[in-house]
Amino acid sequence: MKKILALLVSVVLFAGLFAGCAKPNQPGGGATTDNRKQTDKKIGLATDEGGRGDKSFNDAAIAGLDKISKEYTVTPQILESKAADQYEPNLKALTQSNDLVFGVGFKMHDAMDAVAKANPNKKYAIIDSVVEQPNVMSINFKEEEGSFLMGVIAGKMTKTNKIGFIGGVDMELIQKFEAGFIAGVKAVNPAAAEDLINRKNVRYAGNFIDVNKGYELAKQLYNSGVDVIYHAAGGVGIGLFNAAKELKNGGKTVWAIGVDSDQALTVPDKADIILASMMKRVDVATYTASKDLIENNFQGGKVVVLGLKEDGVGISNTINPAVTKDVLDLADKYKKAIVDGTIKVPTKPGDVKAFQAPEIK
Amino acid sequence: MTANANNSHNSLLNVLKSTYRTLLFPLISIIVAMFVAVLFVVWGRGVGFFEGTSLLFKAIWNGSFGSKDSLIETFVYVTPLLFTGLANAVAFKTGLFNIGVEGQFTIGVLITAILGLISGLPAIVHIPLIIVGGILAGAIWGGIPGYLKAKVGTNEVVNTIMMNFIAMYLSNYIVMGPLNKPGVASTPEIRPSAMLWRFLGENNRLNTGLFIGLLLIALVYILFWKTTIGYEIRAVGLNPYAAEYGGISIKKNMILAMVISGGIAGLGGAIYVSGIQHNAMELTGFIGYGFDGIAVALLAKSHPVGVLFASILFGALNSSAISLQLVNIPKQIVFLIQAIIIIFVAADYIYKWIGEKRKKEAMING
Amino acid sequence: MEKVVEMRGITKVFPGVRANDDVNFELAKGEIHVLLGENGAGKTTLMNILYGLYQPDSGEIYVNGKKVDIKTPGDAIKLGIGMVHQHFMLVHNFTVAENIILGKEPKKGITVNMKQAIQDVKKLADLYGFKIDPEAIIEDITVGQQQKVEILKALYRGADILILDEPTAVLTPQEIEELGVILKNLVKEGKSIILITHKLKEVMSMSDRVTIVRRGKVIDTVRTSETSIDRLAEMMVGRKVSLKIDKAPAKPGKVVLEIKDLRAQDHRGLPVLKGVNLEVRSGEILGIAGVDGNGQSELIEVITGLRKSTGGKFILNGKDLTGKSPREIIEAGIAHIPEDRHKRGLVLKYSLAENAVLGKHYAAPFAKGIMMNYARIKEYARTLIRDFDVRTPNEEVMASALSGGNQQKMVAAREINKDPELLIAAQPTRGLDVGAIEYIHKRLVMERDRGRAVLLVSLELDEILNLSDRIAVIYDGEIVGILDAKNATENELGILMAGGSLKNKKEGGIV
Repeated sequence: MKKILALLVSVVLFAGLFAGCAKPNQPGGGATTDNRKQTDKKIGLATDEGGRGDKSFNDAAIAGLDKISKEYTVTPQILESKAADQYEPNLKALTQSNDLVFGVGFKMHDAMDAVAKANPNKKYAIIDSVVEQPNVMSINFKEEEGSFLMGVIAGKMTKTNKIGFIGGVDMELIQKFEAGFIAGVKAVNPAAAEDLINRKNVRYAGNFIDVNKGYELAKQLYNSGVDVIYHAAGGVGIGLFNAAKELKNGGKTVWAIGVDSDQALTVPDKADIILASMMKRVDVATYTASKDLIENNFQGGKVVVLGLKEDGVGISNTINPAVTKDVLDLADKYKKAIVDGTIKVPTKPGDVKAFQAPEIK
Repeated sequence: MTANANNSHNSLLNVLKSTYRTLLFPLISIIVAMFVAVLFVVWGRGVGFFEGTSLLFKAIWNGSFGSKDSLIETFVYVTPLLFTGLANAVAFKTGLFNIGVEGQFTIGVLITAILGLISGLPAIVHIPLIIVGGILAGAIWGGIPGYLKAKVGTNEVVNTIMMNFIAMYLSNYIVMGPLNKPGVASTPEIRPSAMLWRFLGENNRLNTGLFIGLLLIALVYILFWKTTIGYEIRAVGLNPYAAEYGGISIKKNMILAMVISGGIAGLGGAIYVSGIQHNAMELTGFIGYGFDGIAVALLAKSHPVGVLFASILFGALNSSAISLQLVNIPKQIVFLIQAIIIIFVAADYIYKWIGEKRKKEAMING
Repeated sequence: MEKVVEMRGITKVFPGVRANDDVNFELAKGEIHVLLGENGAGKTTLMNILYGLYQPDSGEIYVNGKKVDIKTPGDAIKLGIGMVHQHFMLVHNFTVAENIILGKEPKKGITVNMKQAIQDVKKLADLYGFKIDPEAIIEDITVGQQQKVEILKALYRGADILILDEPTAVLTPQEIEELGVILKNLVKEGKSIILITHKLKEVMSMSDRVTIVRRGKVIDTVRTSETSIDRLAEMMVGRKVSLKIDKAPAKPGKVVLEIKDLRAQDHRGLPVLKGVNLEVRSGEILGIAGVDGNGQSELIEVITGLRKSTGGKFILNGKDLTGKSPREIIEAGIAHIPEDRHKRGLVLKYSLAENAVLGKHYAAPFAKGIMMNYARIKEYARTLIRDFDVRTPNEEVMASALSGGNQQKMVAAREINKDPELLIAAQPTRGLDVGAIEYIHKRLVMERDRGRAVLLVSLELDEILNLSDRIAVIYDGEIVGILDAKNATENELGILMAGGSLKNKKEGGIV
C-alpha cells in the first residue's frame, strides 16, 4: 500500500506542475470592461483533430472569433475533436446553444452536412469545403493564388535552380497549393520549374502531423541539391523547418517557405530559415462570417471563395531580410496581374504544363 | 478471480467476497482518478474544492448521462469499446498482449467501407456480408502475428504494433486514393443497405450495433467458460506448462486466440462503419478504440461482463468531453482520468506480481 | 539450558486456515531441534514467522531472552537467524563465492574485493568442514553442494541460529550422511539448528529434540533419545500408520513400454539422454532411481510428448509413439502423474472440476463439439474426490486452495482414472505427508495388481525400494543398472546413483 501512496503523491505533485501551465490557457476572455457593441447572437466553433494550439489552421479560425468577441458581446464556444467520429456530436452540441456554428476543415464535410440538414433553422459555416445546404456558408480559399506568389519568391531566390514542394496528403485541396506554387516558379524561372512539373521534387507525407516524416522528406530534397522548399503540410512542415535549420547550422544556404499563418512568428526559433509564409486568412473568414451573422447579413447556401483580391490569401507580414526588394516588387506585380484577372492561376498540377505566364519585369 | 464467476453453487457470501476483492482496485482507481481530476480543476480554474468538484461532476454527468442526447452519445462510444474491450480480453486470457486490436479494428473499418459501397444488395445480404467481411479481415490481421508468434516465436507485441501501422497506412492509401470521395478526406458514404438501423431516428447515431455488442458479451462469456476453446485458451493463459501436459497445443491456441481477438476487433470496425461513421476517414493518427479497449479490458480484468461496465465508464468519459469544454475545462481532463485509472489498474497487476515474487526476493536477500 | 529462541502463543490465520494456533516453541543453544509434522501442519509457517516473512496475528518472540519484533528477513539476519529454503535461491551462472557474498560484498573502493571474498569463504568452509570450491560455478556443482552454499551463505551473514527447511529432500543417501556430519560440526561451534522435516528416519539420526506439530498445534516436544519412529509417526498423523507397504509378489506380463536407445537434449542443447534402453511390463512397478538432474525428468518428458527426442524410439503396445503430440500419447494410453504438480499437473486457478478433466476435456462425455458439459464434469470430479478421499469443501474451489497432499491426490485420481496402459508416476509423493504417501502408494500397487504397467520415478530411495518390483538406476543420461528390488540395498543403489559400479565394489574398489 505504501507504494500506491507514493504513486498517488507523485501523481498529485505532477498534476500541480501542470496546473500552473493550465491557467494562462483559459479561453474566453473573461474580464472585459465593456465598450463592446451589444448582440444576443451566439457563436460556436468545432476544430478538427488538430485542435487548439496547432499554430496554424485551427488557431487562425479561433483568432477570428477572438477578434469578433472584442467588438461584440459574444463569448464563442469552442469544442475540440478528439477523433473524427466526434465531429458530429460536437457540431450537434454546439447547435443546441448557438446561432452560428463553424466547422473548421474539409474533414467536417459529412458531419456538417448531416447536422445542418437536421437543424434547418440554425446557421453554419464550413472552412475549406462545400456543403450544399441552404443554411451553410461554405468558405474556401484560392490557395493557388497565394502559393503562386511563393513560387515567384522561390524562383527568384534559388541559387541551385532546384526547388521542392512538400504536401500533406495528395488530394485536391493540397494540389491547389502545389499547382499555384509551381506556376509561380515557372513564371519567373522555367528551368527550376521542370523538376516540379514532373513531380520529381514534389513529396507528399501522407498526413499532416508526422514531423519526422517532414524532416526526412526535406533532408532528401535538400541533399539532392534543392535549396528552397515550400510546404503545405500542417505539422509535417515543422520537420521541414528542423531540417533546414540543421543544414543552415552546418553552413549550407537553404530556405523554407511557410504556410497558412505567419510561421516566422508562430515558429520564431526557425524564423531565420523561413523566407516568407503563404497566409491563408481563416481568421478573416471566421471574423467576416460572424460579423455578417450579427449584422443579419449572413448568407446561407453561399459559397465564398477568398483569393488575393479579397485578401483571403497573401504574403505574410514577416519576410526574411534575404528577400530583396526587387523580388518583392516583382511578386507584387504578379499579385496585381492575378487580382485584375490577367493571370489565371491553375489549380491542378496537371494544368501547369500548359500554363504560360505573361512576362512581367 | 474470474474463474469463480461460473461457480453458480458458491455461497452468496463467497461470491460477494470475491466480487468485492475483484472490484476493489478498479473502484479505488476510479475514485482516485476523479479526485486528481478535481484537483486539476481547482488549480486550473482557481475555484474552491467543492465548487471544483461540483463543476467537474456536473459537466461529466451532463455530458454522459444527464440528457437524452448525451446518454445516446455515450452509448455510441460504448458500442465500439465493447468490441475492442472483448478483443483484448480474449488475448489477455490467453496470456497474450494484442496491441494490434487497433489495427484489426482499422482493417475492419476499411473492409466495411469498401464492401458497403456495393450496390444492388438487399440489407439482409449486405449487412451479413460486411459483418463477415469485418470479422475475416480482423481475424487475418490478428492471425498473422499469432501465427508468427507460434511458429517463429516473434513477439506478438512488436508484430501487432507493426500491423497497426500497416493497417493505418493501407487504409489511408485506399481512402485517399482509389476510393477517395473528391474534396473530402474519406470514402463515399456506404449504401443504405449496409447501414445498421438507427433505432432512435436517423439523427441519433445509436444503432443496433450496440445490441450486437451486448450479444457478443454473452457469446464471449460462453466461449470462455462453456466451450473447449475457452477451456484451452484460459489454460494456456494461466499455466502453459499444465496446458501442454494436458494435451493442449499452446501454438494452436495462441493462433486461435489471436484470430478470435482479431475477428472481434474487425467486427467492431464493421459495426463502427455500418452503424456510426458510414465511411472510412483519412487517419491522421490511430482511431483509438483499440487502445482504449486495452484499458477497458484491464479495468474489466478481462471479464466479459466487466468489459460492459468498463466500456460504459470510458464511453461516458469520452462523451463528456463536449460538456467539459463547454464549461471551459479542457478535454484533456478526460485523458487524465483515463490515464490514472490505467496506471492504477496496472499498478494492481504489478503489485500482485511483486507480491508473488516478494517471498523469493526475501530469500535471495536473506 | 540456555534458550536462544522462544516463541510464545504464536497464532497465524490465513483465509480459511489456522496455520498456527497458540504455538509455543523453544530452541536451546547448541541443539539440533526438529520441527516434525505433515505437510500443511504449519511448521514452515512458524519458521517463516521467525524469519520475518510473515507477521504473527498474536504471540511473542524472544531471541536470546530479549523480546523482538521481526518484520523482515533483514531483521532476522540482524538477530543472527539464517534460513535455508527448500528451493535454493542461487544465481546459477555465478561462482560459489559470488553467491555467498551477494548482498554483503567486501568492498575495495566501489568494486567488490573478490580475493577477500574467496578467502573469507574458504576460511568459513574449513571451519565447519565443508568441502567446496569457492570458485566453482553453481550450475556445475551438485544439488548437495548447492545446499552447502546456501548454508554457508547464512553463516557468512553471521547466523547463529540456522533454520533448514526440508534439507534432505534433494540429497542422495551419502549426501544426507554428509549433511549430518556438517550439522554436528556446526553445533560443536555453538550454532543452534532448527530442522523442518517429515522424514522420521532422519529425525532419529540427526536431532536432539523433536517438536511435533499437527494442524497448527504443537502436540508435544520430546527428546529424540526417548522416543521411537512409530511413536513419532503416530503423533504426527494422529493415528497408527503402517510405514511398510504390504504387497503381493508381482506377476509381470507382456512388455507394455519399450524404450530403445532414446536420446534427447536439455534446454541448453546439451545431450541429457544418451541412449536409454528400458522395458516396462504389465503388472509390475519399475522404479527409476537416480540423483536429481541425471535425465529422469527429461526421459519422462520425452515419453509423454513434452520434449522432442533426438534419436531412438519408444513403443507402447507395439505402437511407435516417438514424436507424437502429448494428446496423441494420452489417447494411446499413457497417463502421467507429473513431478511438479504446480507446474504441470494442475492449473491452480482452475476449479477442481476443470482440473479433473484436463487432458480429456475435449472428448465425450465432457464435451460435445466445442460445448463442454459442466454438469457431467462436476459429477465426474465429485466421483474422483470421493474415490480418492480428496479433502475439499466441494469440486468448485480452485486447485490452489487445496493442501499439497490433496492436490496430489487430485492429480493421481485424474491420471489413474484414465485407466491407462502405462501409468507414469514421477515423484508422486514429493512433499506429501505420511497419510497421503500411504494412500498414493496403495493406489499405485493396486494399479499394478490390476495388470497395469507402472513406471515410477522418485528421488526418495525408500519409496523406490518399497514400491518397485525392479529398479533401474539412471546416471548421466543412461540406465547404468537394473536390479531386482527384493535383493537391492540402499548402499548398492547409492553407489550406482553416484556413477560407480557394483563390480568394482565387489572387487574391492572404492567409489
